[in-house]
Amino acid sequence: MSVRTTLRNAVIAAALGAATAPLVAVIVLSAGAQGAPAAIGIDNFTFNPQKLTVKAGTTLTWTNNDDIPHAIAAVNKQFKSKALDTGDAYSFTFTTPGTYQYFCSLHPHMTGAIVVEEATGSDGAN
Amino acid sequence: MTKFDREEGLSRRKVLECMTWVGTGVLWTVSGGVPRSLGLIDQAHAEAAKSFTFLQISDSHVGFDKPANPNALGTLEEAVGRIKAMPAKPSFMIHTGDISHLSKVSEFDNADHIISQTRLDVHYVPGEHDLLDEERKLYLERYGRRSKGAGWYSFDANGVHFIGLVNVVDLKAGGLGNLGAEQLAWLEADVKGRSASTPIVVFAHIPLWTVYPEWGWGTEDGGRALELLKRFGSVTVLNGHIHQVMQKIEGNATFHTARSTAFPQPAPGTAPSPGPMKVADDKLRSMLGIATINFVQGKERLAIIDTPLQG
Repeated sequence: MSVRTTLRNAVIAAALGAATAPLVAVIVLSAGAQGAPAAIGIDNFTFNPQKLTVKAGTTLTWTNNDDIPHAIAAVNKQFKSKALDTGDAYSFTFTTPGTYQYFCSLHPHMTGAIVVEEATGSDGAN
Repeated sequence: MTKFDREEGLSRRKVLECMTWVGTGVLWTVSGGVPRSLGLIDQAHAEAAKSFTFLQISDSHVGFDKPANPNALGTLEEAVGRIKAMPAKPSFMIHTGDISHLSKVSEFDNADHIISQTRLDVHYVPGEHDLLDEERKLYLERYGRRSKGAGWYSFDANGVHFIGLVNVVDLKAGGLGNLGAEQLAWLEADVKGRSASTPIVVFAHIPLWTVYPEWGWGTEDGGRALELLKRFGSVTVLNGHIHQVMQKIEGNATFHTARSTAFPQPAPGTAPSPGPMKVADDKLRSMLGIATINFVQGKERLAIIDTPLQG
């Protein structure tokens, strides 16, 4: 974790030092900080990755790579996809920090979680 | 197979039951609690002809076109061909769900076009693939007009009480199939007052007993339904969903799952996921099929004969 934090701080330093718009830097940061893209694959009846941490404002995309349809449903019912056939995708933008548990409403043994962190503020100190 | 081993040790009967999992295409019948091979389809049909019989087909997945079977409608048609060729016409047929792959009108239309060629009454229960439309009404409008709630109902035939249950709706995160309080209350009222000697046949899509929870193969509150049926002398539970033959006998209850007419799925734990299993083209039809259920008055158990599309 400490390596990642260091890396993240380095990215922030680089971003702040750059003349480009800070907004772009924040987006790069949220993906890079977790070492994972803001995308979740559904492979072999599993959400991949099963747990993902993103910054508020991130749009997450689930893509079904299985030969069987799946559907995304939040336990707290805040988001819900239609059935996704092979290759279909569903996106949802997370604006409020918190932990979002979700599952496949067709195969409920498939579960996952999204942790949404504050987009700005004490990022580097976490 | 480890489940069987753990529960009762490897008696000859258990070996035979476990062998049916493999779906090698051998015909079996369960009569008086002892499974035995019938070997020849003709012989099996001759046995079936003596009494009241009905058919079970399952998991047609019309619309499925992936490598495990690019033509699911074609193999359904082959299954119907076998039904039409049976020397003794069964009384009716039950379909234990996943008629369609994606609940599309065209998929239901195509399935109906083929299945109606059997000229048999068909009693359906939905699979999760049949309830994918937003309003969840296509299935109910087509197949569930006489049903209650999400599509459950019962009927009587030849002195046997048939109960069709729905365990594919309102599923909870991390859970298995689900019947729900409303349906269980209905079931309790439905069997109340019936003589304990009435043979009961329960059918639903997902297995009512726990086959393999890691893959969601079971029903959360299935045990409560079975509890309500405990006093009956003969209970036969017919399911689909897992695309392979599996059976178990527990007390007065016989559990059985049917093959799919579309594609096989792996035996529990033998693959990374329960997804469609691609087998060699010349092997596919030995892993798809139909089931004939034979009821002989006065006998404790119903004889179930699984017939692959190709032996």
